[in-house]
Amino acid sequence: MSNSAPSKTVETFMYDDDIVKKFTIATLVWGGIAFLVGIIAALQLASWQLNFGTSWFTFGRLRPLHTNAAIFAFGGNAIFAGIYYSTQRLCKARLFNDTLSKIHFWGWQLIIVAAAVTLPLGLTQSKEYAELEWPIDIAITVIWVVFAVNFFGTLYRRRERHMYVAIWFYIATIITVAVLHIVNSIEIPVAWFQSYPVYAGVQDALVQWWYGHNAVAFFLTTPFLGLMYYFLPKAVNRPVYSYRLSIVHFWSLVFIYIWAGPHHLLYTALPDWAQTLGMVFSIMLWAPSWGGMINGLLTLRGSWDKVRTDPVLKFMVVALTFYGMATFEGPLLSIKSVSAVGHYTDWIIAHVHGGTLGWNGFLTFGMIYYLIPKLYRTELHSVRLANVHFWIGTVGMLMYLLAMYTSGFTQSMMLRAIDPISGKLVYPDFVETVVRIIPLYWVRAIGGVLYLIGFLVMCWNIFKTCRLAPKHLEAEVYRASKMTEESNEPKTAWHRRLEGLMPTFSVLVLVSILIGSVIEILPTLVAHTYTPANSGVVPYTALELAGRDLYVREGCYNCHSQMIRTLPEDVLRYGKASLPEDSMYDRPFQWGSKRTGPDLARIGGKYPDLWHYRHMLDPRSVVQNSIMPAYDWLFDKKTNFAILERKLEVMQSLGVPYTDEDVRNAAHAARAEAEIIAAGLTGDSPIKGLADREIIALIAYIQRLGKNSEKSEGKK
Amino acid sequence: MNIIVLLLPIALTLAGGFAFAFVYSSARGQFDDLETPAHRMLLDSDIANESLKGQPHE
Ligand code: HEC
Repeated sequence: MSNSAPSKTVETFMYDDDIVKKFTIATLVWGGIAFLVGIIAALQLASWQLNFGTSWFTFGRLRPLHTNAAIFAFGGNAIFAGIYYSTQRLCKARLFNDTLSKIHFWGWQLIIVAAAVTLPLGLTQSKEYAELEWPIDIAITVIWVVFAVNFFGTLYRRRERHMYVAIWFYIATIITVAVLHIVNSIEIPVAWFQSYPVYAGVQDALVQWWYGHNAVAFFLTTPFLGLMYYFLPKAVNRPVYSYRLSIVHFWSLVFIYIWAGPHHLLYTALPDWAQTLGMVFSIMLWAPSWGGMINGLLTLRGSWDKVRTDPVLKFMVVALTFYGMATFEGPLLSIKSVSAVGHYTDWIIAHVHGGTLGWNGFLTFGMIYYLIPKLYRTELHSVRLANVHFWIGTVGMLMYLLAMYTSGFTQSMMLRAIDPISGKLVYPDFVETVVRIIPLYWVRAIGGVLYLIGFLVMCWNIFKTCRLAPKHLEAEVYRASKMTEESNEPKTAWHRRLEGLMPTFSVLVLVSILIGSVIEILPTLVAHTYTPANSGVVPYTALELAGRDLYVREGCYNCHSQMIRTLPEDVLRYGKASLPEDSMYDRPFQWGSKRTGPDLARIGGKYPDLWHYRHMLDPRSVVQNSIMPAYDWLFDKKTNFAILERKLEVMQSLGVPYTDEDVRNAAHAARAEAEIIAAGLTGDSPIKGLADREIIALIAYIQRLGKNSEKSEGKK
Repeated sequence: MNIIVLLLPIALTLAGGFAFAFVYSSARGQFDDLETPAHRMLLDSDIANESLKGQPHE
C-alpha cells in the first residue's frame, strides 16, 4: 500500500474459512429456532389456549423473541458468514485478525443467548426490533465495533486495489447500523435490566421508526444486496449484467433510504410535513430497488437453463423476485391513502414476510447451498433434496402470504365499513373482525410449518454434505501480488498517504457523528423543553408509572396500538385522534404497529375497574370470543413499590416535572392509590393484600390512558 | 419537534459521509473502469499448493 516495494511482489496467503463455517452453522441453528418460535406465535393467535397461561410463554413476550431471532440471529449470522467469505476473496487477503473473528463470533452468539433468556422474562424496552435492554445494547455496540475493525483491517490489507461493489454495500451496512443502534439505544438505566429512553412520545416514535426503517434498509437490504452481487455472478459464473448499474444502485439507495422512516407514522401525531417527506422519499426508493432487481435477474440472461437445474440459482431467482415485490409494495404502502387501508393490519405482516422469508431467507439458503460444498471441498449431498426444499419452502411461503393478504384486507374492510345512512360503524365490536380471520391464522401457521420443514430438509442435506467431506482438508494456499499504484494517477506523496486511509476516514466519520449527537442530545434532554409549558398535563402518578412498566414488560404493544389516526373509521371507533400531549410522558412510546386487539389510546374510563380486573384474569369472561391471553400472574405477583422512587428520580432527571416531594414520597403515594382502587373493586368484602398486586397498578395505568388531552383541552 | 434537531444532523452527517466517500473514491479511480471488475471477481486467486491443483476447490 503506502510502501513503494517493487510492484510485482508475489505473496502467499490463506483464507480463514473456519470462521465462515462457524457462522454458517450458527445461521442454521438460530434459523431453526427463529422459525419455530414464529410458528408458535402464529398458533397462539389462532388458538389463545396455546399461551398456556404461562408468563414467559405468552404472545407478547414470544413475538419479540421471534423477530429478534429471525433478524439478528438468523439474518445476522448469515450476513457475517457471507461477508467474511466474500470479502477475503474480493480483497485477496485473509481476515485482519483471527482473534477478532473469534470474539466477533462468540460475542454475537452470547448476545443472542442473552436475548433468548431476557425477552421471555419480560426484560424488554418494548421498542420494536430494539427490545433488548441496556447491558445487551452495550454488548452489541462492542461486538459491532470488533466486526468493523476486523472488516476494515481486511480492506486495509487487501491485494486488489479496486473494491468490488459488494464491498461498498458492506461498508454502508457497518457504518449505518452502528449509528442507528447507538442513537436509538440512548437510555437511562433504572435497574440492571430496566431503563427509560431519553426520548419521549412523538420524539421517541420518530427516532424508533427512523431506526426501525433503516434497520430494514441496512440490516436486511444492503448487506444482502452485497451478498447477491457476489454470490449470484459466482454461482452462474457470469459477470453481473451491468456493473455501472450496480454502482448507481448502491449510491442512490444509501442516499434515499435514510429519509424514508416517517412512512411508518402516517396519519399520526407526527407533523404533516415530516409524514410527506417520508412518503416522497419512500416512493423515490422504488427506482433504485427495481434497478437492482433487474440487474440481478438479467445477470442470468442466456443461463436460464442452469436455473432449471441448479438449486443455488433457483433460490436466488426467487429471492430477487421477492426483493422486487417487497420494494414495490413498500413505496405503495407509504402512499397515505394506501397506508390508511394497510397500516395496523396483517397486510403489513404479509409485506414483511415477503421480504424476510422470500428475499432474506431464500438468498441465505442459496448462499449456503453454494458455500458448504466449497468450504468442505465436496459436492452437495443431494440436489433432489435441495429441490424438495425449494418447492416446500415456496409453497409454504405462498400460503403464508396469501393468508395474510386476505386477512389484512378482510379485517381492514370490516373495520373501515361505515353505514352511509346512519354514519355509524357497521362492525362496532372489534372482536367480530378477529373471529372472521381466525381460519386464515391457521392457514398462515401451516404455511410457516411447511417453510420450516423445507428448512429442516436443507439442514439434513448440509449435514450429509459435511460428512462427505474428506477427513483432513489440506489448507489452501493462494498467491497474489501486492497491491500496486495504478499508473494513470499522479503519484504524489500526498496521494500515497491517502492510499489505504479508507478505514481511518470511516472511523473519523463515525466519531464525528457520535460527538455531534452527544452535543446535540444533551441540552435538549437536560432542559425541560420536551414538556410544553402550561399544557396542564400532569405526569403519571407513581402507581400509573408502575402499571405502565408492566404494560411494557408484558409486550401488550405487540397486539395493541395507542395511536388513533386522523381517519374517520379510527375516530368513530376509538375517539378523538391522538395528540402529541397524549404520549408526552411516554418512555418508551407505545404507539404500536399492529392491531390484533383494539387501540387503547383512549381506553381510560371506558369500562369500570372491575371490568378490567375480570378481563385481565380471563378475557373470555367478558368478551366471549376474545383471543387475548389471560394474565393470571399479575394477580399473584406483587408490585415493586420500593423501586418507584428511583424510577421517578430518573424521570425527573429527564425533565418530567415531578417535585422532589413526589420522588421521595413515590412508594407511599402509590400504595395509598392502590388501596383506593382495591377497595373500589371489592367493596364490602375486602381481599387482603389485593392492593399490593400488579393488577392494581396495571388498572391504574389503563384508566389513565387518554386523559392527557382532556386536561390540556380544559386548560385551553 | 426538538428531535428533528437531533435526527437531521445525524441523517445529514451520514448522507454527507456517503457523499464524501463517493467523491473520494471516484477521485481515486474506483469507478473509472466499470467493465473489468465484474469479470475479475469471477477469477479466483492462484492456488499455490501443488497437491490441490485441479481438485474441486474454488
Ligand atoms: C394476542 C394479542 C393480545 C395481547 C398480547 C394483549 N391483548 Fe388485549 N386484546 C386483544 C384482543 C383480540 C382484544 C379484543 C377482545 C377483548 O376485548 O378481549 C383485546 C382487548 C383488550 C382490552 C379491551 C379494549 C376495548 O376497547 O374493549 C384491553 C383493555 C386490553 N386488551 C388490554 C391489554 C393489556 C393491558 C395487555 C398486556 C398485558 C394486552 N391487552 C395484551 C389481544 C391482545
